[in-house]
Amino acid sequence: MIPLSWYLILAALLFCIGLYGVLARKNAVAILMSIELMLNAVNINLVAFWRYFTPQTIGGHVFAVIVFVVAAAEVAIGLALIISIYRRRKTVAADEINLMKW
Amino acid sequence: MPTETLIWLIPLPPLLAFFLILLFTRKNNALSHTVGVAAAAISWLLGMLVFFAAVGVDHFGENPFRSAIAWLPTGDTFLNIGVMIDPLSAAVLFFVAWTVLMIFIYSIGYHNFGAPKGEHDKPGLPPHGAADHGHHVPSIEPMYARFFAFIALFAFGMFTLVVSDNLLTLFVGWEIMGLCSYLLIGFWYGKPSARDAAKKAFLTTRIGDVFMLLGIVALYSATGTLNFHEILRNENILHLLATTDSGVLGLSAAGLIGLLLFIGTVGKSAQWPLHVWLPDAMEGPTPVSAMIHAATMVSAGVYMVLRMFPLLSAGWHHGDPLTTTMTVMAFIGAFTAIFAATIAVTQNDIKRVLAYSTISQLGFMIAALGIGAYVAAAFHLVTHAFFKALLFLGSGSVIHGMEHGVLHTGDHVDPQNMFNMGGLKKKMPITFWTFLIGGLALSGFPLITSGFWSKDEILADAFANGHFTLLAVLSLAALLTAFYTMRQITLTFFGEPRTKAASHASENKLVMTGPLMVLAVFAIIAGWVGIPEHFPGIGGLLPNWFHDFVGSTLLEHPVAPDFSWVPLGISLGVALGGLGLGYLVYRKAGSEDPLRKPLGPLYTLMENKYYFDELYTKIFVQPAGVIAEKFSYWFLDRKVIDGALHWVAQNSIALGTFFRDRFEGPVISGVADWLAHSTAAIGRLLRKVQTGAVQQYLLVVALVAFGGLFYYLFSVLR
Repeated sequence: MIPLSWYLILAALLFCIGLYGVLARKNAVAILMSIELMLNAVNINLVAFWRYFTPQTIGGHVFAVIVFVVAAAEVAIGLALIISIYRRRKTVAADEINLMKW
Repeated sequence: MPTETLIWLIPLPPLLAFFLILLFTRKNNALSHTVGVAAAAISWLLGMLVFFAAVGVDHFGENPFRSAIAWLPTGDTFLNIGVMIDPLSAAVLFFVAWTVLMIFIYSIGYHNFGAPKGEHDKPGLPPHGAADHGHHVPSIEPMYARFFAFIALFAFGMFTLVVSDNLLTLFVGWEIMGLCSYLLIGFWYGKPSARDAAKKAFLTTRIGDVFMLLGIVALYSATGTLNFHEILRNENILHLLATTDSGVLGLSAAGLIGLLLFIGTVGKSAQWPLHVWLPDAMEGPTPVSAMIHAATMVSAGVYMVLRMFPLLSAGWHHGDPLTTTMTVMAFIGAFTAIFAATIAVTQNDIKRVLAYSTISQLGFMIAALGIGAYVAAAFHLVTHAFFKALLFLGSGSVIHGMEHGVLHTGDHVDPQNMFNMGGLKKKMPITFWTFLIGGLALSGFPLITSGFWSKDEILADAFANGHFTLLAVLSLAALLTAFYTMRQITLTFFGEPRTKAASHASENKLVMTGPLMVLAVFAIIAGWVGIPEHFPGIGGLLPNWFHDFVGSTLLEHPVAPDFSWVPLGISLGVALGGLGLGYLVYRKAGSEDPLRKPLGPLYTLMENKYYFDELYTKIFVQPAGVIAEKFSYWFLDRKVIDGALHWVAQNSIALGTFFRDRFEGPVISGVADWLAHSTAAIGRLLRKVQTGAVQQYLLVVALVAFGGLFYYLFSVLR
């Protein structure tokens, strides 16, 4: 059986890729997609720990499903915000959306 | 209802009427005068019930109607106030109730109730008349309802004064009347002369009132009570007061208190030297003059000294030489009597003659009281009230008739000047006959009129007790009285009209002539209750009821003077002589006083009232003005008070400037500004952090999170 650490490393890599995307990408849609990556990294962790420590319950599945739901909701709101910003500013570049500055 | 309860109720209707009229019925003239007259009528009815109840009581002087309640707590005890009707106040109540009622009724007519409103009439000025079908007719008084409110309050003051059983409530009534006389003399406040007269009356009487209040305080501190019955019918207290030395001018305590109270009377009853206000009080409407002169205020002054007579004369017994206080009273009374009578001879205003006549007659009463002729003074007070009210209302009727003539003819003459009248006998018969009766009573026309009996009694008393100087002075005053009365009647009613207005004067309505007739009856019969027992011919036909009744007020029943032909001869002589002379001199008078030429400068002197007004202006009013301006205004106000204020103000400004420049600016503002500037500078520095780029923020968050994680791993898990 594949050791648990492989999964964890995979999840950590996925998280780092997502984090990089959030911090480095300019397109707001791409940032949202990167956030999805980070959430899925968490899901991998949740399912992996479930399989290795408490396979007799379904806690890991439930958590993963809840994360999906939250992610879906978040994307829905995020996209709505982005569309609204696009309508006003004709751009979705995160570094150009800088009204809240001094 | 017990009589005491009725006495309590006597003053209340006019007070209620006052408030009712002022608060509710002011807009409705008919309702207002109904309320006023009804109140006077109720008081009159109560007064009559009480009077006749009083007449029916034996030894009424010892057992007067008394009732009192505790009022002001004074330490452990209470100051009691209450009502008392004894023989003296019963007699006064009788004439007050009658004259007040008559004056109320008369006022309805005098103020032209039912007449149209004048187009140019303003509140505060006498009505100017109105045009009615092309004629000029009198117009209704603009402040009709207010007049009834004021005289109702006046009546309340007088009834309070008469029924009170102590000096304090008497003084309250006294002052209420002082206020009302001010309001009523200044009733036509649009006229500057009326305003001045009102102020003069108020201030002059106030001088007397201050002394009277001193007397009341002195009496209270000496005896601990102000109740008439407890002081005046208590021989121990009177004896104690009479024998205690007051330390002032060698007077006894009773003498000093009496003198102080008497000064109150001098002010209220317009005796010399405080007489100046009363002739000016003629500025008020005529019912007011009657109210002030006959029924109420001036009678109140004499009533008060009559009331306090046992105190004034404490230590004096019939036949003794007069005490200082009594001598002062006799002197002032007699002097006033002759002094005012001479002025009255030269006055042309019909009301002013009566005003001086009143002063003179009050002088008679004071003089009578000064020589201990208690009953005679009280008698003259009662008869005088009736015939003087009659004369004043009669003169009002004449003026009213003349005003009618003035309006009718458009002949603008002074309707009060007797030299504009003449021949009114035919035009105004009722006024003429009643005025004649009043005038004869004032002159002391023998046997019929009341004035004869009361004046004769004063002269008889003076003669019987050997006060011959006083007798001479009073006789001369009586002669002058008869003379100026006849002068007045002759100028007004006899001969031919001197002006067009007089020839068109007309008799007044019954509402005015009715009271005249009622008072004329009293001007005759009021004297019949006091005919001396031994008078030749008719003495003893009627008992000398007045002497016994009023005399019983005193502890020591006064002795009626023995009959003598001398005073009787004098009073017959002066009355008839004066009347005859007056008629002869003025029978053919034109528009010039026939006495002016023969008397020369003396006439001018008397016409100008011995220049007392001018004298008082010089020695009191002007110095007061100078003191007010130079001392109070320039020195005290501008220099001392303003100076101190300015000094304080300037120093405050200097101190303030110092603090502003040296402390407020550099220290407080400096610190505050520095704080503000530093905060702003820090803000400017820190705002760079706020880039607005969301990814930079996230980067910081991530770095901090990683920093925290590494710290955790290295520090905790190690």
